[in-house]
Amino acid sequence: MFTETLLVRRKKRQEALAKWIFCGMAASMIVPLLLIIGYLITRAWPSLSLSFLVDLPVRGMKEGGVWPALIGTIYLVVLSLAVSAPVGILAAVYLNEYARDNWLNRLINLAVINLAGVPSIVHALFGLGAFVYAARFGYSIVSASLTLAIMTLPVIIASTREALASVPRSFREACWNVGATRWQTIKSIVLPNSITGILTGVILQVSRAAGETAPIMFTGAVFFKAVHKGDLFPYGLHEQCMSLSMHLYTLSTQVPDVKESIPFATAVVLLGSVLLVNAAAISLRAFLRARKKW
Amino acid sequence: MSMRPQIAFEDLRLAYGAKEVLHGISFGIQRNEIFGIIGPAQSGKTSLLRCLNRTIDFIPEARVSGRIEVDGVEVRESRNVYGLRRKIGMVAPLPVGLPLSIYDNVAFAPRCAGLTRKRDLDQLVERCLRQAALWDEVKDRLDSLGTKLSGGQQQRLTIARALSHQPEILCLDEFSIAIDPVTTMRIEDVLKELRRDMTVILVTNLTQQARRLADRTMFLWNGVIVELDKSDVIFSDKPGNRKTYEYVNGIFG
Repeated sequence: MFTETLLVRRKKRQEALAKWIFCGMAASMIVPLLLIIGYLITRAWPSLSLSFLVDLPVRGMKEGGVWPALIGTIYLVVLSLAVSAPVGILAAVYLNEYARDNWLNRLINLAVINLAGVPSIVHALFGLGAFVYAARFGYSIVSASLTLAIMTLPVIIASTREALASVPRSFREACWNVGATRWQTIKSIVLPNSITGILTGVILQVSRAAGETAPIMFTGAVFFKAVHKGDLFPYGLHEQCMSLSMHLYTLSTQVPDVKESIPFATAVVLLGSVLLVNAAAISLRAFLRARKKW
Repeated sequence: MSMRPQIAFEDLRLAYGAKEVLHGISFGIQRNEIFGIIGPAQSGKTSLLRCLNRTIDFIPEARVSGRIEVDGVEVRESRNVYGLRRKIGMVAPLPVGLPLSIYDNVAFAPRCAGLTRKRDLDQLVERCLRQAALWDEVKDRLDSLGTKLSGGQQQRLTIARALSHQPEILCLDEFSIAIDPVTTMRIEDVLKELRRDMTVILVTNLTQQARRLADRTMFLWNGVIVELDKSDVIFSDKPGNRKTYEYVNGIFG
C-alpha cells in the first residue's frame, strides 16, 4: 500500500519541477534590483559623500551637490500627500462602509479605476490646464503638488479600501447589534484596526510622488533655482522648485560635460530616499502583524 | 395565552433579490417566555432575527413586507432604530470578541448610548459579566483583549455585551455551535436566571436544547411555520404535524 508506484514517482517529478519553476521566477525578481543598486553605486562612488546631499549645484550644475532638489522633492511629496491622503482615505471609507450598489457608486468606482490607469504625462497636461492656467496658481509648488495628488489619489483609495475590508464584517455586525451607528462603528472598531494598513498604503505612494518627472515638469519644477546652502525652507508655495527626478533628467540630457558620477549620485539619492521610506512602510506592516488583535 | 404578545409577527415576508426566504409567517411571543425556534439550516431562522432588530437594513438586496410589532410599535416604522436595537440583545452563532479590552467590550454599547461616568460603567460591566457567568474568570484581567479569550469565554463575553444595553428581549442564534458542552450547560443555567427579567428567543438546531429550556417551540422549515406549540407537545410522541416528529427525532433534516 505504501510502495512507490510509477504514478507516484511521476507525480513527484512534476511536483518538484513545478516548485523549481515557480521558485526560479520569484527569485529572478531579486536580480534586477541588485544589479540596479550595484551599478548605480559603483558609478556614483566618486561623488558620494554627505556633502553631496547638503551642497548646492555649482559651475552650471557640473559640480556640487543636490540640496535644492532634495528639499524640493520633499516639499512636493509632503504637500501632495497632505492633499491626497485625507481625501483618499475619507473617500475610501465612504465607498467601503456606506456606499450601496447603485449607479452613483458604480460610477465612482469606475472613475477611480480609470483614474489609476491614466498615464502620468496626461496628468501633467491636466495639471497644466487646471491648476497652472484655469486656477491661476501659475508654475508653482502648489500646482505641481496638486497634480501629484490627483495622480496618487486612486491608488490611496484602493489600498485604503483593502485595509478597511480586512476588518471582519462580524465586528461591524456585533456593533450594529448593540445599537451603534455606522460612524460609531467606524470610529471605534474599523479605523483603529486598519489604520496601520492605511498608512502603509499612503507611505508607498511616497515613492511614486518622488519618482514622477512628467507631472511636475509641466507644472512647477525648474532646472535650477538658487537657494542658500543647508536652508530647510528655501521655497515659497507660489514659487517653482527643483526636484530630484527633474534634476536627474536635466543632468543626464541638458548639461554638457557634467562630471560622470554626478547624475549617478543623484540617482542614488533618489533611490535611497525612496527605499528608506519603503523600509519604513514595511516595518510598519510588520509592527501591525505583531500587534494584530484577533 | 390570551395576553397580548410582546412581539407580534404578521404575514412577514422576506426576499433576498428574487428569492423569497420567509413566506408570510405570523406568530406572537409572550413577555418573559423562553421561545424556541428550531429548524434545519437555510430555513430562515437567522433572517427572522435580522428582521426583528432591523439589521436586515444592512443587506441592500433584502425586501421585507408584513408587520413586526414590539410592545405595540411597528418595528419597520420606528424612528429610533438604535433604541430598538438596544431593546433587543443579540448573540450570534460564532462568538465575536471585539478587538478591545474585556472591559471596553462590555462598555461599548452603553458608551455608544451616551453613558460616560466611570462609576456607572464599572458597575454595569461587573453586573453584566456576573450575569453572563464570566466575572470570576476575568475580574483580574479586564484590561486584556477580548479576542484572546477562549471560545466559550468569548461567547459569554458576547452575552455580557448583549446584556450591557439592558435589553428587554434577548435573542440567541445557535449560541452553542462553537463551544463545549460544559460551557453550554452553564449558559443554559444563565438563561433560566435571565428569563425573570426578559424575554428570551432561542434559535437552535439542537432540538434537545429547545426541549430543555423553551416554554413554547416553533418549527420553522423552508420559510414557513410547520408547527408552533408548547414544547411538551412539540417534543411529545404525538405533535400536531408528522414532519415535526420526524425532524425532532432525526428522521429527516
